[in-house]
Amino acid sequence: MSEEVIKAEGLTKVFNKSLVAVDHINFSVKSGEIFGFLGPNGAGKTTTINMLITVLKPTEGKASVLGYDIVKQANDVRKVIGVVPQEYTADEDLTGYENIMLCADLYGIPREIAKKRALELLELVELVQFKDKRVETYSGGMRRRLELACGLINRPKVLFLDEPTLGLDVQTRAATWSYIRKLKEEYGMTLFMTTHYLEEADALCDRIAIIDHGKIIALGAPSELKDSLGGDIITISIKENADVSELIRSVEHVKDVRNENGSYRIKAESGEVTAPLIIEALRRKGYTVTRLSLTEPTLNEVYLEYTGRAIRDAEESKEAFRAQRITLRRARAR
Amino acid sequence: MSRANEYHPSMLRGLWALTVRELKKWLKEPIILMMAVLQPVIWMGFFGKAMNLNEMFSANSLTNIKIPDAVPIPGNYVIPPVNGVVYVSGAWISQMLQQMFSDIGTSVMQNTFGVADYFSYMAVGMISMIVMFTTMFSGMSIVWDRRLGFLDKVLSTPVSRAAIILSKMLNAALRAMFQATIILALAVLLGLKVSATFTPLNLLGIYAAVFLLSMGLSALFLALALRSTRQETQMAIVNLINMPLMFASNTFFPIKMMPEWIQAIANVNPVSYLTDALRQLTVFSLDISALITDFIYLGVFAAVLSIIGVVLSWRYLTK
Repeated sequence: MSEEVIKAEGLTKVFNKSLVAVDHINFSVKSGEIFGFLGPNGAGKTTTINMLITVLKPTEGKASVLGYDIVKQANDVRKVIGVVPQEYTADEDLTGYENIMLCADLYGIPREIAKKRALELLELVELVQFKDKRVETYSGGMRRRLELACGLINRPKVLFLDEPTLGLDVQTRAATWSYIRKLKEEYGMTLFMTTHYLEEADALCDRIAIIDHGKIIALGAPSELKDSLGGDIITISIKENADVSELIRSVEHVKDVRNENGSYRIKAESGEVTAPLIIEALRRKGYTVTRLSLTEPTLNEVYLEYTGRAIRDAEESKEAFRAQRITLRRARAR
Repeated sequence: MSRANEYHPSMLRGLWALTVRELKKWLKEPIILMMAVLQPVIWMGFFGKAMNLNEMFSANSLTNIKIPDAVPIPGNYVIPPVNGVVYVSGAWISQMLQQMFSDIGTSVMQNTFGVADYFSYMAVGMISMIVMFTTMFSGMSIVWDRRLGFLDKVLSTPVSRAAIILSKMLNAALRAMFQATIILALAVLLGLKVSATFTPLNLLGIYAAVFLLSMGLSALFLALALRSTRQETQMAIVNLINMPLMFASNTFFPIKMMPEWIQAIANVNPVSYLTDALRQLTVFSLDISALITDFIYLGVFAAVLSIIGVVLSWRYLTK
């Protein structure tokens, strides 16, 4: 199997000849990793995923999934991928089991195998006792799990998840993450996901690409991206009324110091090692540290650094907005 | 491991699965199915019954005509003249006129509509109406599937693109056939008079005709909705098409009485052919050559539009 499971080169999508949703992006996803697209709504995440799952045709550039071209060999791509869309696509009038079997039929999985596998998957996402209930009675978390199960019915080698926890409350979101990890381990898949939740990208993804206005502006492991900011933030206050900026700057690993009205904001690599060194250096000169805090940079700071703004909803199409509204409403219905 | 993913999704399997999904949906909400029948039934019950053309042309329409008790007739019109004048009973003339008018009326109805009562004529037209309304919803449902994301999910599976659109057409056809049965049964209860040539076997012909037009029309509406994301647009298009389609056809009135430009439309309108086929099979005395013409036209219409629909869905379902 090739190392690069997904490969995109100059992938571009222009809507209505003017709206550039995805702008010449290049990336590759390695076998077995969880790769995340992080960005605000309207950044081009869903458009990218829709091109990769062969639902949208790229305007320019090319991409392949497991070596199959997404345009020329679209049907081969469809056979080996699983998709968990942003919306709740399960039919509300059917039961959970009926929905999974419908998916199985669409993939042409032999009935006997499908029946066994459907039960196995329902077991895995803990929906067995609800399998004969209509989906309209399901909660948001249950619907999401059903979508996960449907996306796995063909034993995909690559699973695409579009905003897998959109509209779920914090607990359900954490539970969904653990299902995703469990499924990945169970089936040894490669995962491609999009999200606009920073903590989700941080918690789940091996590598992330930050996408904004259709372009990838940063790519790497969450820890790499955070390290690229220059390390942790240490804040220190001392009892004495003196400027110790230069003293702190001389400590090993310290990269930057700013005196903010008597409290010092220090940027340093591996803060947990550096902080004691700073205290030690200050004490040796007779200063007393009265307060110290250490914060690791979050993806939020990374995001701020690269886009110049906090993550928030960008302008987006009415259509996408409406679809999202429906999803949110259903998620919160019960 | 790699073999496990090599399924061969067959067109028929996918078509069946998607059709069953739609059928399950309407079997779970039979009320909606009944509601859809309501409109043609209301037309039939009120319009069809109120628009009592055969009563208009009956002897009763003449009751208020004033005829003097005795009518003087100038002698030169009567041979032989008696004292230059004959007297004829006014009551007798009135009776004669009524009898004649009634005969004329029946003959006018028969020559215009092909049946003696208007209700039987239009009630059958209501089956065409339900076909139009049911098929227009197939276009609506694909827009709905797109908005809910269901369509995208189906498109991301290897199922045949043709199966997606054919399942919608098949569903519309089955629905229309079911509703046609209800309408026909209600029409008989309300007084539809079948002709002497009617046999239970004709029912099969009715289903076949309804099936053909449903497939053709739903393919048309689906093709129009392939890329649409707004139901409002779809609704507007459908209304724009449906009203002329209904009135420029023989659904309510015979084509031969219409101005030429409407006749031109009505004569190519497939709805006219369905309605005629249905009437041949129920209320008319069967004209087999007319029926064959109807079926050929409906068959060609269904085949051509289905092919267009499937080809367009290959090209345009994926944006």
